[in-house]
Amino acid sequence: MSEFEPKIVAFVCNWCTYAGADLTGTSRIKYAANVKIIRFPCTGRIDFMLLMKAFQNGADGIIVSGCHPNDCHYSSGNFHAKRRWMVFRELLDYMGVDIERITFSWVSAAEGARWAEIVNTTTDKLRKLGPYTNYQNLVKSGIEEEL
Amino acid sequence: MESIRKKAKELLDSKQVQVIIGYENGTSNKVRAAFITDPTQVDRLIYDERCTQNLAVYLVKHEVKHLGKMGIVATIPVMRTINMLISEEQVKPENVVVLGIGEDGKLLDFPDLTVMESFLQKAKIEITAKDKEAMEKLKKMTTQEKFDYWSNALETCFKCYACRSSCPLCYCTRCAVECNQPQWIPVQANKNGNYEWHMLRAMHLAGRCVSCGDCGRACPLDIPVHLLTMHMAEESKRLFGVDSGFSMKMESVLSNYKLDDKDNFIQ
Repeated sequence: MSEFEPKIVAFVCNWCTYAGADLTGTSRIKYAANVKIIRFPCTGRIDFMLLMKAFQNGADGIIVSGCHPNDCHYSSGNFHAKRRWMVFRELLDYMGVDIERITFSWVSAAEGARWAEIVNTTTDKLRKLGPYTNYQNLVKSGIEEEL
Repeated sequence: MESIRKKAKELLDSKQVQVIIGYENGTSNKVRAAFITDPTQVDRLIYDERCTQNLAVYLVKHEVKHLGKMGIVATIPVMRTINMLISEEQVKPENVVVLGIGEDGKLLDFPDLTVMESFLQKAKIEITAKDKEAMEKLKKMTTQEKFDYWSNALETCFKCYACRSSCPLCYCTRCAVECNQPQWIPVQANKNGNYEWHMLRAMHLAGRCVSCGDCGRACPLDIPVHLLTMHMAEESKRLFGVDSGFSMKMESVLSNYKLDDKDNFIQ
């Protein structure tokens, strides 16, 4: 039987992590192909419901990444994002969403190798955790009701 | 009760306010909100232990606002809500006169809102023992148990949005659930749609909820939705030291930040 391959959605900011991931490519560093990158203007732009949308559409894990503190292109976007994630993580935990499946990180435009490492460790972790059946069943139960 | 009527009459007679928002007897032994504009009608006002609705919800309603200056019968959670509405610039402090009611059910004299602020600083404010117990029990559960608990508890929700309507801080004229470009949450009242709707509601009230518990009381199916927002209130106190509703100049949790916010969960 083939090994389970998790689907990972990465929400990254345009200025640091996206450029960092670009550097990973131009540096010819290989990393897990499980990740689908979605570029945002800033981490401050990432609405918390977008994370839920990813789970809704079958993601097994999520990476949210942006500029290091004090490095934000818009000076404070990542600080706002940090607060949002602090609060949202508590809510997710309280409602029983597996917060192990969401990786938050800061990756700068110069950290190509670090991006590869984050994707690889997240993929490894998710391979062990398996598919996010809990949430997928929740979504499925809704669709079946409709039919 | 008599003191509330007397004060209401006084305010209406002297034209200090144009409307008094209070409680009156409704049908089948229930109380309902009363809007008294005529001083001869003040005898309709009542106050007893059945009066739990958070009347501050009417302060932001256009139909009430346009009547003029408002007097409001306010228990402690309502006072906290008034503070929140003022700090979020939904209500002008000069447009509200508070007929405060203390823990003992007696009328408090608030010549202006700063007196109310200092009263709240000293007041003993706690959520009910039942809610506290339920929250403690939830916190002890494993992730799987929590997920099962909430997905089952919210399954019966048919999205009447009574929780939203009863909440004085859910005052957006266009709610995110009504936006369909993008469709933020599934519109259907199924397990998934309900789960995400309540998540969105709790998150939008994070750091703003004053733990009045009115959403839970308004729920026709007795889903304990107030436990979600109360948890958010607890967390914003724990994480940022923001206890909402104690001053007319509250710091908004999600639109502010501090450089030393802890980030040990970020790689």
